[in-house]
Amino acid sequence: MAKMKGAEILIECLKREGVKHIFGYPGGVILDIFDLLYDDPDIKLILTRHEQGATHAADGYARVSGKPGVVLVTSGPGATNTVTGIATAYMDSVPLVIFTGQVPTFLIGNDAFQEADIVGITRPCTKYNILVKDVKDLAKQIREAFYIATTGRPGPVLVDLPKDVTQGKAEFIWPETVHIRSYNPTYEGNIYMIKKAAQEIAKAKKPVIIAGGGCIISEAHEHLKELAEMTQIPVANTLMGLGSFPRTHELSLGMLGMHGTYYANMAVQNSDLIIAIGMRFDDRVTGKTDAFAPQAKIIHIDIDPTSIRKNVRVDIPIVGDVSRVLQVLNKILKEEIKPQWEEVRKAWLKQINQWKKEKPLTYEFDPEVIKPQYVIEKIYEITKGDAIITTEVGQNQMWAAQFYKFDKPRRFVTSGGLGTMGYGFPAAIGAQLAFPQMTVIDIAGDGSIQMNIQELATAVVYDLPVKVAILNNSYLGMVRQWQELFYNERYSHTYLSTAPDFVKVAEAYGAVGLRATKPSEVEPVIKEALSIRKPVFMDFVVDWKEKVYPMVPPGAPIDQMILEEKKKERKLKAVK
Amino acid sequence: MRHTISVLVENKFGVLARIAGLFSGRGYNIESLSVGETIDPQISIMTIVTTGDDRVIEQITKQLNRLVDVIKVVDLTEIDHVEREMVLIKIAPRKENRLEVLKTVEIFRGRVVDSGPTTYTIEVTGDEKKIQAFIELMKPFGIKEFVRTGKVAIPREISQRK
Repeated sequence: MAKMKGAEILIECLKREGVKHIFGYPGGVILDIFDLLYDDPDIKLILTRHEQGATHAADGYARVSGKPGVVLVTSGPGATNTVTGIATAYMDSVPLVIFTGQVPTFLIGNDAFQEADIVGITRPCTKYNILVKDVKDLAKQIREAFYIATTGRPGPVLVDLPKDVTQGKAEFIWPETVHIRSYNPTYEGNIYMIKKAAQEIAKAKKPVIIAGGGCIISEAHEHLKELAEMTQIPVANTLMGLGSFPRTHELSLGMLGMHGTYYANMAVQNSDLIIAIGMRFDDRVTGKTDAFAPQAKIIHIDIDPTSIRKNVRVDIPIVGDVSRVLQVLNKILKEEIKPQWEEVRKAWLKQINQWKKEKPLTYEFDPEVIKPQYVIEKIYEITKGDAIITTEVGQNQMWAAQFYKFDKPRRFVTSGGLGTMGYGFPAAIGAQLAFPQMTVIDIAGDGSIQMNIQELATAVVYDLPVKVAILNNSYLGMVRQWQELFYNERYSHTYLSTAPDFVKVAEAYGAVGLRATKPSEVEPVIKEALSIRKPVFMDFVVDWKEKVYPMVPPGAPIDQMILEEKKKERKLKAVK
Repeated sequence: MRHTISVLVENKFGVLARIAGLFSGRGYNIESLSVGETIDPQISIMTIVTTGDDRVIEQITKQLNRLVDVIKVVDLTEIDHVEREMVLIKIAPRKENRLEVLKTVEIFRGRVVDSGPTTYTIEVTGDEKKIQAFIELMKPFGIKEFVRTGKVAIPREISQRK
């Protein structure tokens, strides 16, 4: 068999893995691969303006499509610039394969030009990483990288490619199957445990389901809905789980946790059984852990055993793929248990409806100033819920999670675990590329959008009509909120005094910029933006004083929420 | 509580760093760690001594299991096992003490593995307490330096769960 160059082997592997798009940025040692991509008809390289943007874009692409995102960058600074994106994907279990260039093997460790030990640097934030030392192993290692990234609990895998490996030659041998002796994720849940869980569900008087991102990753939404409807159990979602259960469903409690709804937090805290599905009891969800749901037994279903009993006690652990476990659980409930669910749940659902009526998710509309929540509501109304929403991090993210009603999975793309500012815009670009016909909107703050604003060039060049709704309050809003509530209104460095004119920025890049300063302008701006098949920045100048409520103060149990502003109007201190 | 954990891993570069990094990155303590190849040169075995309450140890074993290069994790504290450590200790006793040193070495079933005009280098193996006791006994004679291997451990042939 004729020998192939390492770079050719890599491209051939990517094709066999079904890769259509790569997000990347060239540089010296990765040039052999870029050279091949120059006239390759099957794989399109999306040139971002920063490697962090490339990684987030690949991440957004992966989250909406369910396929692995692929990143290709050069060594040294190219590689280190991907780290934030890799850590973001790692925390949210997103399948990525990141190829980094590396200096030739004989120079590794010599402090060569553009050398960085990227395998060492990314060890704690990748599911797996590897330095390819011999071109003969390249195909096998790429195959394994994709396999590890996409199976079990997905995650980013980094493959470091020294220049002499991409230039060296070897026979191309494609391993048809992958077997890694030390890597065997558990997919089937223990049947004894599932039966025990079914019995607990039948016994429970006040049960709640908490559905997390794992329900979306394993495509479990239909089984989740079946479980909830059959057993009449209300469903709270974590931030990452939004969309796994329809928000408009009468059993939906919306999001729980620090900025969760009053009724979700009350339901969880007063429950006698929690069925935690594909979620990991993040501290933003539990609040004070030892005061979390004190009377509840906890059933925890997750593919990753390390998630179980990490933060809270668990009575029935079930390790396995949530989709498969739910199918078995539903079958047992349907065929063996069959109590009269409606009757059993009556009192509990009545209590929950009362909580829903008592303190719904709301804000005070103002005819003079734009309330940020109003913008989100209008976006929801106008898109009829049929859009992919990405977010940045902070107040914009929480308002999006609260006021946009996600009914379908893979429609809400946000950095949940790491909380990465600058994530949403490049992620929107990746999502738009995966679904060119869908409406993709990044809900941003004026702080976050400035962290990867250069990617506007990417959106313009590739004709990706992403929309960015900037909730412009001239502050790092969430941090300001904390300073107001817990730091005696000392706004240390959260006032962004010189934001650019976002309309002009958009125009400078060849995109479209629109602005709304009054509530009456919100709807026309959104409608106009959606009618333009180009990237659009919508600059909504919003009420800077607005805060995200409810809020559980850090360290408190989740039923101790701050629900609203004190009645008398607050005179906030001026910024120094 | 103190635990001795045996970890079977792929014998590849970077695996040790990954395991050590797991401990440091999550704030777990390693008291000792020893690594060596097994009969299969593609597999290494590590013996790790660490401390923590039940919850911490459960997390440590789960986190170790999660690493792609880890083949098997056994908490030996739970089962009958044999454990050994070795120390090489260089002492410089005064002339009148040399005989006593050699006697003590004998009692501890150690060996003198090197000797010079003024020093003995002694090898002693045993469990941790024995090693510690031997070091204590040698202190008055003038220890120049010593080096310990860290613990290695293996289940007994007919091992039983405690």
